[in-house]
Amino acid sequence: MEAFRTRFSKLLTATIALSASVTALAQGPTYQLGRVPSQEEIKARDTAISPDGKELPPGRGTAKEGETVYVEKCRSCHGPNATGSSLHRGLVPLGNAKPVKIPFSLVPYATTVWDFINRAMPQTKPGSLTPDEVYAVTAYVLYRNDVITETDVLDATSLPKVRMPNRDNFLPAQPEWKPKAKRPFGYYP
Amino acid sequence: MGSHSHSKRRRFFLTGGVGLAGLVMGAVRSLRGQTTAPAVPAPPRDLLAYGQPSPFDDTIRRAPGRATSVADTALMTPLQDLDGIITPSGLHFLMDHVKGIPDLDPKKHRLLMHGMVDRPLEFTLDEIKRLPSVSRVHFLECNANSRPLRGPNGESVQLVHGRTSCSEWTGVLLSVLLKECGVQKGASWIVAEGDESNKYTMSIPLPKAMDDTLVAYAQNGEPVRPHQGYPLRLVVPGWEAIRAVKWLTRINVVDRPYMAWHESGNNADTRPDGKGLWYRFELGPKSVITRPSGGQRLPGHGFHEITGLAWSGGGAVRRVDVSTDGGKTYKEAELQQPVLRHAHTRFRFPWKWNGEEAVLQSRCTDERGEVQPTILEAAKNLGVTPEYFFDADHFNGIQPWKVNRDGSIQNAIL
Repeated sequence: MEAFRTRFSKLLTATIALSASVTALAQGPTYQLGRVPSQEEIKARDTAISPDGKELPPGRGTAKEGETVYVEKCRSCHGPNATGSSLHRGLVPLGNAKPVKIPFSLVPYATTVWDFINRAMPQTKPGSLTPDEVYAVTAYVLYRNDVITETDVLDATSLPKVRMPNRDNFLPAQPEWKPKAKRPFGYYP
Repeated sequence: MGSHSHSKRRRFFLTGGVGLAGLVMGAVRSLRGQTTAPAVPAPPRDLLAYGQPSPFDDTIRRAPGRATSVADTALMTPLQDLDGIITPSGLHFLMDHVKGIPDLDPKKHRLLMHGMVDRPLEFTLDEIKRLPSVSRVHFLECNANSRPLRGPNGESVQLVHGRTSCSEWTGVLLSVLLKECGVQKGASWIVAEGDESNKYTMSIPLPKAMDDTLVAYAQNGEPVRPHQGYPLRLVVPGWEAIRAVKWLTRINVVDRPYMAWHESGNNADTRPDGKGLWYRFELGPKSVITRPSGGQRLPGHGFHEITGLAWSGGGAVRRVDVSTDGGKTYKEAELQQPVLRHAHTRFRFPWKWNGEEAVLQSRCTDERGEVQPTILEAAKNLGVTPEYFFDADHFNGIQPWKVNRDGSIQNAIL
């Protein structure tokens, strides 16, 4: 966690330095178009969850509760044992002799799982799950992948602390992008 | 809304097609002189109100490619049938991650901009169109394009490389909208969101958002097609097209990437050393010969112009070299104007086929001086076997097409 924090703060410093020149350009409105939305309107649409989970709503759930939700709302697509499609991919550690792309092992934060279930599931009625249901189903999925135990309670505080198996095994993102700069070696063929 | 209007539209196209076929047959008959000139029925006005391709060209179609994940639908651009640098909007490649294309009402659609800004603002489509606009030609290429030997037999340029298309996009620079809102100190990324069922989400560094990123409302002179993001689409020039959020409805100005599903798990790679790779942005220099190409057959010896497309996320294409002997020797091809930054560039190369076996391939160099590698060079650079690229993104290796003595052409990358 410390290593991650250090790296993230370095990344942050770099991006802030980069964006300083950008923000200096920001000025008052020139064209006076557009409507000022209310804070409530923004809040209703501002559903994306960042890695530190600061946007997470109140609520809670465990894998055991999540199984009930799964049976009711997820099983018809993902199958009785969650082997139906993407859930079957599991959390195989990186570093195989013959690397295969296993999406779930390439998710660095548990907030990503919560966010996608919340915005996109179930496919027939996306966004219809309550926060409790999303916490519970997230717990069930993570439990089925041996990331947490069956009785762990996920909520706004505990979810961001869940450690995904490969969190530290990523090359850093590229916030240092600049127009016309060459691409860093190792990121590309 | 969707199903009703769709079925109506389908009926319209069906009757239109029959009418046009009837017209053509009538014309053929009269040419043969078997009948007196028939009274040509007035063509249905609806049909001519939006012109359609000749029914003789009804094979020029997007073709389903192998989906990159279980949730995707993929339709590839028929590069071998197209000329110039612009992809007709209806043939623009399509990767559908949600199994459903929303048909959004432009009167009701809104773009909300908020987060680390002085003034959150919500724009209607009409308001966005009132702002200063630009038209720019840019390619969009899927990060999973060009995986070697893709397709049923790995044989055609359409199925292997058809996840790239090039359009003239018209819209407002995102920097104009961001300046209207006043970006606050400390902001470093934006998170863009689409209005389809799963609210597709992507993080983009602020420097790119303030540089040349476009909020496009038109494609090739007409409103962006529904399958391309109607009524608003983000265009992030030169970057993997997963960043080009369709049905754009929200931009949140933030200080970190959000690691959403489609930018982490669903679009990340595993490097051979075990490291995960995400947040790769620019596409490398690439080129491919579109004619003659895999699956085609040369009709005979003699002159054939070799032509193809080159492009790079690094800017403009500086030069393209063509080899007819599998890369032993190269000669510089002619670049057809216009040569534009972050756009497909058409190249041409005169060639006389002597009837012997030949291997045709092209090599792109971009304005940064980056050179397109062969698959073996790419593998050596990354310390992998060529098979690694079968499931890797951002592959930009040279594509060899082998011409056999009988004129048939096949993929010869491995």
